[in-house]
Amino acid sequence: MCTGIVETAEVSGSGKGPRGWFKLEQVNVSYDHPTDAQLEHALNIDFVNEKESPSARVAVELSPESARKLVGVILTTLSRSDPSRVRS
Amino acid sequence: MHQYTTDMYEGMLAETIMLPGHNGDIINAYYARPLGHGPFPGVVLIHHMPGWDELYREFTRKFAHHGYLAISPNIYYRFGHGSPDDMSAKVRGSGGVPDVSVVGDVDASARFLKSLPLNNGKVGVFGTCSGGRQAFLVACRTKSFDAAVNCWGGNVVQPKEKLTPAQPVAPIDYTKDLSSPLLGLFGEEDKNPTPESVRQLEEELKKYGKNYEFHIYPGAGHGFFYYPSVAYRPEAAVDGWKKMFTFFEKYLGTSGRGS
Repeated sequence: MCTGIVETAEVSGSGKGPRGWFKLEQVNVSYDHPTDAQLEHALNIDFVNEKESPSARVAVELSPESARKLVGVILTTLSRSDPSRVRS
Repeated sequence: MHQYTTDMYEGMLAETIMLPGHNGDIINAYYARPLGHGPFPGVVLIHHMPGWDELYREFTRKFAHHGYLAISPNIYYRFGHGSPDDMSAKVRGSGGVPDVSVVGDVDASARFLKSLPLNNGKVGVFGTCSGGRQAFLVACRTKSFDAAVNCWGGNVVQPKEKLTPAQPVAPIDYTKDLSSPLLGLFGEEDKNPTPESVRQLEEELKKYGKNYEFHIYPGAGHGFFYYPSVAYRPEAAVDGWKKMFTFFEKYLGTSGRGS
């Protein structure tokens, strides 16, 4: 692991992986080498369930700019649905 | 380097094998060797952070093509099995592979090569990215290797706040124990290791009078051998491979390529 920058959090919900839908338990967010994105480093998000196989994973590899946009649209969307639950 | 002509017979065996690794745990490894009696020098390849993947199988066969017994142990074996990228993600999310098991698995791979009647008694270690860091670490923590190559290994210089349960000691702190000659290939534009941290490692190697050779390529960053990625720098990669084979030939000898 070359940057070692990883943050994890418990999450609840569902994700769709190569074998269909599965229950999500954790999200791992890292800034490190991507597997597929043509970037030296990427903001990698892995939604996983450690109790299932390693393929129980929904992965995205984003440029930092794209990751910031994602954060913005998630917060905007949440504020439209329930403004009281959104932290700035 | 392997000089061949178009009229030469050439053959190679490449396959997945099982062998006892750290603590005697059975792990798998990708093993490639030239056909013939040898004797052949050996090389252990430590795969990079993106996993035990197709690129490392290619690298392993490349060493076999150049006359080496080459083995790449799956240092993520204990985390389970899946596609290389899924396993890399799992290891990353778990805090990384422990240094202690890497040293054990790589040391065991060297013992495997040295146990073969095909081996000339010499074994080197090679790694890129996290594997470059681990190649340096293993060359410090064991006496199993006759030459070590660290390609852009980040976190050899590791400040205390970056130490983790899996990586509890910065490899640079083991420099005095380095037991083999060291070749380092780095990119001037790399952010980890930065040219400054390469310089720090160099200072430490000088302090203990170690045999080392470092090359820092202008215009290259991290991973400049990786042709499927934007990091690839053809001139640096071609020169880096040449320097590596010259270095290994100097310290490991050449292939006998007996019939």
